[in-house]
Amino acid sequence: MITEIGHYALVLALVLAVAQATLPLIGAQLGVRAWMALAKPAAVGQFVFLLLSFAALVHAFVVSDFSVAVVYQHSHSQTPLIYKISAAWGQHEGSLLLWVVILAFFGALVALFGDNLPPRLKARALAVQAMIGICFILFTLLTSNPFARLFPAPIEGQELNPLLQDPGLAFHPPMLYVGYVGFSMAFSFAVAALIEGKVDAAWARWVRPWTLLSWICLTAGIALGARWAYYELGWGGWWFWDPVENASFMPWLMGTALLHSAIVVEKRDALKAWTLLLAILTFGFSLLGTFLVRSGVITSVHAFAQDPARGLFILGILALALGGSLTLFAWRAPTLKAGGLFAPVSREGALMLNNLLLATATATVLLGTLYPLILDILGGGSVSVGTPYYTATFIPIVMPLIALTALGPLLGWKRGDLKGALQRLWAAGLIAVAALGVALWVDFGKQTLAAAGIGIGAWLFTATFIEWAERVKLFRIGPIDSLRRAVHLPRAAYGMSLAHAGLAIAIIGVTAASAWKAEEVRQLKPSDSITVGSFTYVLESVGPERGQNYIAERAHFRVLKDGQPYTDLYPERRQYMVQPMPTTEAAIQSHIFGDLYAVIGEGDGKGSWTVRIYEEPLVPWIWTGAALMALGGIVSLSDRRYRVGAPSRATAAQPAVAE
Amino acid sequence: MKRKTLRLYLVLISLALLGTATMLVLNAFDREIVFFFSPSEIAAERPVPGRVIRLGGLVETGSVKKLDDGATVSFKVTDLKAATEIAYRGVLPDLFREGQGVVVEGAFNDSGNFVASQVLAKHDENYLPPEVAKALKASGRWQEGAGTEATPAAMPANSSATSGASQ
Repeated sequence: MITEIGHYALVLALVLAVAQATLPLIGAQLGVRAWMALAKPAAVGQFVFLLLSFAALVHAFVVSDFSVAVVYQHSHSQTPLIYKISAAWGQHEGSLLLWVVILAFFGALVALFGDNLPPRLKARALAVQAMIGICFILFTLLTSNPFARLFPAPIEGQELNPLLQDPGLAFHPPMLYVGYVGFSMAFSFAVAALIEGKVDAAWARWVRPWTLLSWICLTAGIALGARWAYYELGWGGWWFWDPVENASFMPWLMGTALLHSAIVVEKRDALKAWTLLLAILTFGFSLLGTFLVRSGVITSVHAFAQDPARGLFILGILALALGGSLTLFAWRAPTLKAGGLFAPVSREGALMLNNLLLATATATVLLGTLYPLILDILGGGSVSVGTPYYTATFIPIVMPLIALTALGPLLGWKRGDLKGALQRLWAAGLIAVAALGVALWVDFGKQTLAAAGIGIGAWLFTATFIEWAERVKLFRIGPIDSLRRAVHLPRAAYGMSLAHAGLAIAIIGVTAASAWKAEEVRQLKPSDSITVGSFTYVLESVGPERGQNYIAERAHFRVLKDGQPYTDLYPERRQYMVQPMPTTEAAIQSHIFGDLYAVIGEGDGKGSWTVRIYEEPLVPWIWTGAALMALGGIVSLSDRRYRVGAPSRATAAQPAVAE
Repeated sequence: MKRKTLRLYLVLISLALLGTATMLVLNAFDREIVFFFSPSEIAAERPVPGRVIRLGGLVETGSVKKLDDGATVSFKVTDLKAATEIAYRGVLPDLFREGQGVVVEGAFNDSGNFVASQVLAKHDENYLPPEVAKALKASGRWQEGAGTEATPAAMPANSSATSGASQ
């Protein structure tokens, strides 16, 4: 019964979305206030019904109603409660429902908190948001109905894929979705602005919180996913350039570009058409990601659906959304008022270059992701594009970008002083060279690219610190005055510093972890030992262990450093009862400069086990860096000037007049 | 700064970037792309030693042996027409089984032995990597309908060679 209510609520949400997509749009065109005002209750209602629908699905999972097909396929009465709930989005149908719930959630937020938006812009943006909603609700209802019943109802379910039974993964998909579905709001605002033919500083301020919120969640979602791969797959890797990872990484890169170009629109009223284009493309990449993941054209853990009809449907949505909005762009963008001028060496110029580099980097990732697909369709044979490709293309483009990130904030608007900025960064240059030297010396100059990565990371970190220090006039005025300046610095400035510092730390972590990872594989009997790096691992014992829905072999390692006891590690090899599939639970112990990482493999039945030990240098820095970036976003989001609904067109800063 | 000059700068920078990126991508496509072979294709024409390739098929039943050093495993990958012998040093993926689908990445060494740097096995009982299915179809030993239902997940198993050297 509750399942049917869920299904019904989904249909009602579709009806509301249709109303929301049409009437306010027409109302905005004809100037009928009542029709425009309809957008608000429709958006809220759509969200409420979708939430109801999703709650019904979660309910079916919680009570293990195996007459519902997806529950039968992905849950089991013995599954722990948290994974019963996360199974609601751990499969294709449910995850799509979550997708539309989040889409409507953003619409409802704008409807509720956007009271000071110009009514026309609001009505149009919400109408566009509802159009996307219609496409995806239809997609869910027609090709991927999560409420389909089975008759007769099976007695027991098939359980969630054991790999997905992990607390980190339970929250990774919702986080990721809030991230990339959230870019729909920037898209809707961009399309609405194109219909209006007006983009100004106020527009940029309205769009900014939504973009920022999405970006924060996407950053966190990607990091959670990488961390999951790191500890759950048991190979000590955290990024495989898997098409699905790329699918979330491309919107992130474009979203980052969008965040930066929106600043230029806001402060200087320039790069307006470009920003609109970015907003459209960023969401386009979100849709492309959904297509890649959901259509089954690529092989991956995430590829639930193998039904070609679904792939075609999403491809249709993608073509419609991008085709429609880009046509609108081509038609309307030339009518936008030209914005402020700037010299090539200026803050605007630096942000523009940031955007170009990010877009180019995204293009290389896109090519690498699609190339095997295209080649396969053209009959060119099966190929795989792996890490070496990305190392050869993505890294050389991103390195100058990161070097530039250090410089940009020190350049003035309109016309910057490059020489002056470089002079102010002498200390950063010194530290970067020192870091480069140390990195070269530590591994005897074997990995120059990695050493360069460390150097650039150190450069960015120091430069970010210098920029902050200059703002508070550290050591140039009294400490009390500096403190006062520090307190009064806008939160957005802190947001930027935190995010840039986080990027620097993450870059250093990524570089070191990829270049200097050490691995040892050995067949061990209890009381045998392996030495990796400066640690010695003694296998004490291997014994049985029992969980709620699995049995496991659990090993105990005693870890010694310089002969002194350091820590104990307990890796497991689990065998789930319903799906007879072994999974690896790595044992990880972090310290400041890296992780100890132990995995127990299969026993040979004669009392010895295959054991894998990794030394993972600076991996915790990756997570720290990502967390700092997300924190930077949050701090920036909390800036009073950008608080949702705070700005209005009248009070928004008037852009300076160009020369 | 005139609007035209500014636009000229932008176009020039964009072109320079695009050119660099194109060069990098073409270069990488030329050298870093890994082609897929079936054992039959290998039997017909052996790839150059040192060139990294992927090889897919079924793990031949009874072919998995552990060598004396305790860490190197040798096994044969077959498309039921031809088979190729593989040597791999490292821990095999959790779901590596005789008679089931596998994709290995590696290269032939100078003495003509295939040394794998990665072994990718499926993460689901019914899953067959699409390349393997294709290779089996090509060798005419494939029954339609078997192993099509899928929650695929080929996850890489790195031996020290790949992950360390790749960055």
